[in-house]
Amino acid sequence: MKPLLRAEALTKRFGGTLALDALDLEIAEGEFFALLGGSGSGKSTLLRIIAGFETPDSGRLLLDGHDIAATPPWARPVNMMFQSYALFPHMNVADNVAYGLRRAGVARADVTGRVASALAMVGLSGFERRKPHQLSGGQRQRVALARSLVMRPRLLLLDEPLGALDAGLRERTGFELRALQRETGAAFVMVTHDQEEALALADRVALLDGGRIAQVGAPRAIYERPASRFVARFLGAANVLEGRAMEGRFDSAEAGATFAGDIPAHTAAIALRPERIRVAVAAEGANTARGVVEDVAFRGDDSLVLVRLTGGATLRVAHAEEDGAPPMRGADVYLAWDAEAVVALPA
Amino acid sequence: MRGRLLLLAPAWGWLLLFVAAPAAILAAIALAESDPGVPPFRLALSATGFATLTEDTYYLDALLTALRVAATTAALCLLIAYPMAMGIARAAPRRRVILLALLMLPFWTGFLLRVGAWIGLLRDEGWINGMLQAAGLTDAPLTLLYTEGAMIAGMVHAYLPFAVLPLFAAFLRLDPSLGEAAADLGARPAIAFLTVTLPVTAPAAAAAFLLVFIPAAGEYVIPELMGPPEAQLVGRVLWQEFFQNRDWPVAAALALALLVLLLVPIRLFQRLEART
Repeated sequence: MKPLLRAEALTKRFGGTLALDALDLEIAEGEFFALLGGSGSGKSTLLRIIAGFETPDSGRLLLDGHDIAATPPWARPVNMMFQSYALFPHMNVADNVAYGLRRAGVARADVTGRVASALAMVGLSGFERRKPHQLSGGQRQRVALARSLVMRPRLLLLDEPLGALDAGLRERTGFELRALQRETGAAFVMVTHDQEEALALADRVALLDGGRIAQVGAPRAIYERPASRFVARFLGAANVLEGRAMEGRFDSAEAGATFAGDIPAHTAAIALRPERIRVAVAAEGANTARGVVEDVAFRGDDSLVLVRLTGGATLRVAHAEEDGAPPMRGADVYLAWDAEAVVALPA
Repeated sequence: MRGRLLLLAPAWGWLLLFVAAPAAILAAIALAESDPGVPPFRLALSATGFATLTEDTYYLDALLTALRVAATTAALCLLIAYPMAMGIARAAPRRRVILLALLMLPFWTGFLLRVGAWIGLLRDEGWINGMLQAAGLTDAPLTLLYTEGAMIAGMVHAYLPFAVLPLFAAFLRLDPSLGEAAADLGARPAIAFLTVTLPVTAPAAAAAFLLVFIPAAGEYVIPELMGPPEAQLVGRVLWQEFFQNRDWPVAAALALALLVLLLVPIRLFQRLEART
């Protein structure tokens, strides 16, 4: 994996707030990378530093081994698709897409050809003369994409690329983004607050928290092996249970249960995914619990069952439809799970 | 339907009472015949008023001078207001409130008081000449007051907020990511300004220009109190015709001519707006 972009100890303060806290990151050539985090996590600041709209207070930002932290945005071989799309309202689609080529002094004949092929790539041939206000949200998003891609960047930054689209369009556009990324071979760095979007689109995901990277890795790896309570909660709302590890087991008073499995001595908490818990007829010993059903919500292919355990904690249980009818509200239930489902959280 | 009518009634009433009716009265007077009495006209269908306007280049000159002075004032206001509005809009919200208050502050003193202050600054024994002489830079007082420069300075000062406010609103609406997108696509700041910021704010600049130009074209007080005595602007000529010569038909015809001349740029602006 050859790093295209490398951030070394990037730090940025806004007044008294630390937006980026000595952040290290590597992005490889041609990968689809997602910066995931809540508001104030520093993901947008990082994107704006890569684009050149903010300068880091300290640290280095290397593109192909050259420090670009002080290079102004107009001189960086990096392009960005803005969350608001930032289409120039007084120019038609073709002029919007041609803007960067004209700034770069590309010959007039080449501009026409490259604009046409960029618009063809995003499926907007024939829209050249339209003004941005005559386009739908999805079409505007494609123009913004074409306007960045026409520059043939090796690194394309996308700020919440699906954020302004309605639900029906998001899935399709997500697949199209991935197809475009494979087709162009550019590295895509996407900022998003939506963990499903990050997991579905990216080759690798970095989850940011308080200006630091909480965990970075392939979607499946961080989903299945979260490194901390924060990651476990952020990625798909796993049950996180507090307790104490001793002799390969984990006792949780708030669950009223003992967890057995691969549990190192320094385990701080346990994560248990809702879909890995099943309702049992009777249960005893480790990896089982007892509780009362507080509420049941039907979700289509499964039902979400909230169970208040004897220890006081509430557990989210996903009850699959093929396992029959979910328990009723108020029912006493036994819960059980496999040892492999127990994820030990070191922090 | 009924509610809509009720809502629109005050607006229509206002237009009828304060725009349509005065315009009709003005037209009637312009077509009347001058008559030494009270009121000093007799209703008729005479073209004498308009004929007088065309017979003597005096009136045409007054119209053109007024338009030229108004255009200069509006252009200067635009030049000053554009960076001011950009600066205010980009300031932090708390500073912005203070800057806007400073902009409007002169309006809390009377208009004539502000003109009086300018006279105090500019006259031969005024502050500026006093300081210049005390510093030994000049021996005799410079003629500052009663010049075209003084008149235009006074008008620019008086009308500046009319130019700043529409531009301020436009800069506030301007998506800051437009400038960033231009930079991201390789435009240096000056190029980004010329190719994106300026064209996007151009309609507001046109509005700012017109908001100064239109009232400035009919301005009477500042030319009278600060301008050169020989400068015959349409506002002054109107005053003379109405109150000194008491030739109401000519005055009304002149006022109508000014109104029609001012409708042209408004109409042009509206067509420009509709196109963008």
